[in-house]
Amino acid sequence: MHATPVVNDFSIHVATANGSGSQTANSVLMRSIFQMGVPVSGKNLFPSNIAGLPTWFTIRASRKGYIGRKKEIDLLIAMNPETAREDVMALDAGAAVVYDEPLALAGLRDDLVFYAVPFDKLVTGVCPEPKLRKLVRNMIYTGVAAQLLGIDIDEVRKALVKQFGERKKKAAEMNWQAVLAGQSYASENLPKADPLKVERMDANHGRLIIDGNTAAALGCVFAGATVLTWYPITPSSSLAEAMIDFLGRLRQDPETGKATYAVVQAEDELAAAGMVLGAGWAGARAMTCTSGPGISLMSEFLGLGYFAEIPGVFIDVQRVGPSTGLPTRTMQGDTLTNAIVSHGDTRHPLYFPSNPEECFSMASEAFNLAEKFQTPVFVNLDLDLGMNNWMSDPFEYPELPVDRGKVLSTEDLERLGGFSRYQDVDGDGVAYRTLPGTPHDKAGYFTRGTGHDEHARYSEKADDWIANMDRLSRKFESIRGAIPAPEVRFHPGARVGVVCCGTSRYAMEEACDQLREELGLETSSLRLKAYPFTASLDEFIKAHDRVYVIDQNRDAQLLALMKLDLDPVLLLSLRSVRYYGGLPLDARTVSDEIARQEGIR
Amino acid sequence: MSTPTAPAKKTNRLGFDILPYRGGKTTLCAGCGHNAVTERLVEACWELGVEPWRVAKISGIGCSSKTPAYFLGQSHGFNSVHGRAPAVATGALLANHELRCVLISGDGDTASIGLGQYMHTLRRNPAMLYLIENNGVYGLTKGQFSATSDLGAKSKGGAVNAFTPIDCCLAAIEYGATFVARSFSGDKKQLAALLRAALSHDGLAVVDVISPCVAFNDHEGSTKSYSYMKDHEEPLHEIDFIPFFNDIEVEIEEGATREVSLHDGSRILLHKLEHDYDPSSRLNAVTRLHQASDGDEVLTGLLYLDRSRPSFTRTLNMVDRPLATLPESVTRPSREALERINEEYR
Ligand SMILES: Cc1ncc(C[n+]2csc(CCOP(=O)(O)OP(=O)(O)O)c2C)c(N)n1
Ligand code: SF4
Ligand SMILES: [Mg+2]
Repeated sequence: MHATPVVNDFSIHVATANGSGSQTANSVLMRSIFQMGVPVSGKNLFPSNIAGLPTWFTIRASRKGYIGRKKEIDLLIAMNPETAREDVMALDAGAAVVYDEPLALAGLRDDLVFYAVPFDKLVTGVCPEPKLRKLVRNMIYTGVAAQLLGIDIDEVRKALVKQFGERKKKAAEMNWQAVLAGQSYASENLPKADPLKVERMDANHGRLIIDGNTAAALGCVFAGATVLTWYPITPSSSLAEAMIDFLGRLRQDPETGKATYAVVQAEDELAAAGMVLGAGWAGARAMTCTSGPGISLMSEFLGLGYFAEIPGVFIDVQRVGPSTGLPTRTMQGDTLTNAIVSHGDTRHPLYFPSNPEECFSMASEAFNLAEKFQTPVFVNLDLDLGMNNWMSDPFEYPELPVDRGKVLSTEDLERLGGFSRYQDVDGDGVAYRTLPGTPHDKAGYFTRGTGHDEHARYSEKADDWIANMDRLSRKFESIRGAIPAPEVRFHPGARVGVVCCGTSRYAMEEACDQLREELGLETSSLRLKAYPFTASLDEFIKAHDRVYVIDQNRDAQLLALMKLDLDPVLLLSLRSVRYYGGLPLDARTVSDEIARQEGIR
Repeated sequence: MSTPTAPAKKTNRLGFDILPYRGGKTTLCAGCGHNAVTERLVEACWELGVEPWRVAKISGIGCSSKTPAYFLGQSHGFNSVHGRAPAVATGALLANHELRCVLISGDGDTASIGLGQYMHTLRRNPAMLYLIENNGVYGLTKGQFSATSDLGAKSKGGAVNAFTPIDCCLAAIEYGATFVARSFSGDKKQLAALLRAALSHDGLAVVDVISPCVAFNDHEGSTKSYSYMKDHEEPLHEIDFIPFFNDIEVEIEEGATREVSLHDGSRILLHKLEHDYDPSSRLNAVTRLHQASDGDEVLTGLLYLDRSRPSFTRTLNMVDRPLATLPESVTRPSREALERINEEYR
């Protein structure tokens, strides 16, 4: 029944229970495919608990470089008795299933390919110590999959060594034996009956595998961040933890061993934000990282940061809503909130990184933007980007020097004879500031949220406040010219455009190809890299009859933000594509919805 | 009455007269305890010769929190948000540990909305003066009970407080502040000495000052009124403060004075009354506070002093130079470092 081989274009879905140690096996499998030179992505779809609940890991190999989640599953590795039946029943016809023999899944359907593997028996052979068996059992399916898919076993070995590092040689060896047991069992007992195949390519030369949180943490360290305050919350904790690790390695004074930074695990996000403001006010490059619930707690301080004009970088690794239930699921949940969070007319710039390179570069740029414009700046990641491993080009050393913005020194004050904190000297809306501790009798000024004139004197006069608000608007206009331009792919003649931000790009790019290849619909696309919006968005909308705005949330938050900001004439052509199931967005959902609204499917 | 001849202007050790230590004109009610506290603070900073530019005045929200605008007009000030001044002050100290931080708060600001931050700041022991201007009510929002209102205290409108008070000094002693004092805005001499000592302390110095609100809490039935304090204040000692730069001999009365010194060499002299009270004993302090409140007394004076715990920024083992002033060459790792990391993830 050998169909034509399907080469480097499939998804693997590994179903296990949380806490069963499958992460290593999955990472090694993903890395092996990566080392075969094939574009690959891996996504951990995990529950909000430490052990016991079902977890899935999907690996997608794509010779065309599609690395978004693929909706269809081609190979299921069914290790979790609780979900095995449901997982099998959900497959499309023709898919393959590797399963733990006692689960007896083969009888469930006759339109799938089944491979039974006696995991317990195999692990007993590899691991005489019963206590350790649980730890290496999963590595057997890595060997089975390598054999079935034709992955070079040397690459698996290399991936395993990389995964365990030099220090855990013994553990690596035991796991290697498990891989071999799986591989030889498969080669002797499982005749190939599915079409999936990995063949060597050379698409990954020089690339890294890294998660977005680690990349963003590195970006902050290379931006010269000096103060990190945080309160643990999934999915942002690993960003702070990675940063603490990098700071410890890279930011000690070589002579004294003392830290050139400060990290505080605050008592809550209120305090974390307050410390960022205090530190930014006093001249540090300060930041925090959090997720939606933390943003809610920070919102009063974010408004104060806007009005008191204090720099600070706020990284939001977005997840699904408040309380418990889906905190480990991804969402673009705070697009709208972060743009306007707080009260009394507030606007904040946002960065929308879509891959580790951008996590690195944008996190780094955000500090310059914050200090140049003396305002809180958001970097919006999401759980998919932050916590999953992605292929990445190597990080490039920041080109731009650290820009501390308009800060006056003692010498400046001496020369100028003083300054006015909120005076728009340069016409760009950005006034000069001084730092506490500047030795000069004209350095000091008094900071409040509202109620000040341009000399920072207390004032409740309407005209003073209107002038201040208008200057803040001018400042936001200046920011428009200082943020990265969108990535636009124009198809001459296309009547339909698609717009997205952040990780929606993967689904968008693949969906545009699907629409062209399957339905003959040409589309142009625009990926926003930052907010506020710039003229190129207006031009893009004008150039198309209909523009679909993709949101990973129910309420079309990116579209709503466009409705707030854009010329109403432009809004007539805007339409919405939304997904809010908590899984990373897939291309099929997008192309199906566009086709439906276009009336062509 | 004799016409005053222009006297030679008095200057402090920096050569400044008192002017740079003053601020804008107060907008608080005449007779408000907070105004008296501000005056003592102005004097204390002047007498100590604090460099105005080195001071960061940080407050939350409330009548009390407005007062940073009324002293040290040359210093940076930050009237932040309600109950969160501790975080802002902590952040400022992270950026620049050489700042002398003066935090001004109210009882509502600290013990009600800000209690969480207060407790955690106690644990960290950042080097600053944390001044609570405690009037038992929310002055700025017109007289509601705060969390330091005593059980049974009457509001101006006649309502009786049914809840037990939070004692900020007990909390401070229990959770980690290293200098804890209570005073009364009307007790000029004691407050002046305590503020000077607190400003000289290298660690968190909490000074809880009963500071009557003449608009909303100075009536019969209030336990934070001038007349109540007159009748119920129970000073632990008479207190003198001798700054480190002052090496004058002082007369020490044998058997009636206890002397304690601070990190910078300043000395605190505790005389008479309970001169055998040992402020380094946490247990003693807590017991004495409970005894006093059981007897409807308000114990004032230096309650607790711990000179052993390092301040917060010291525990972080940071470089000596303030983080805010580190150049790019120090804060941005090298190209080679990035290349090594790229290699790690290949
Ligand atoms: C988040 C928030 N909630 C409520 C208020 C309103 N508010 C302003 S001052 C204040 C109470 C201040 O009381 P206290 O700290 O005791 O200061 P006092 O005026 O008595 O000196 C309140 C509740 C506010 N400013 N912010
Ligand atoms: S209302 Fe009370 S606390 Fe406020 S200024 Fe007047 S007297 Fe002082
Ligand atoms: Mg009060």
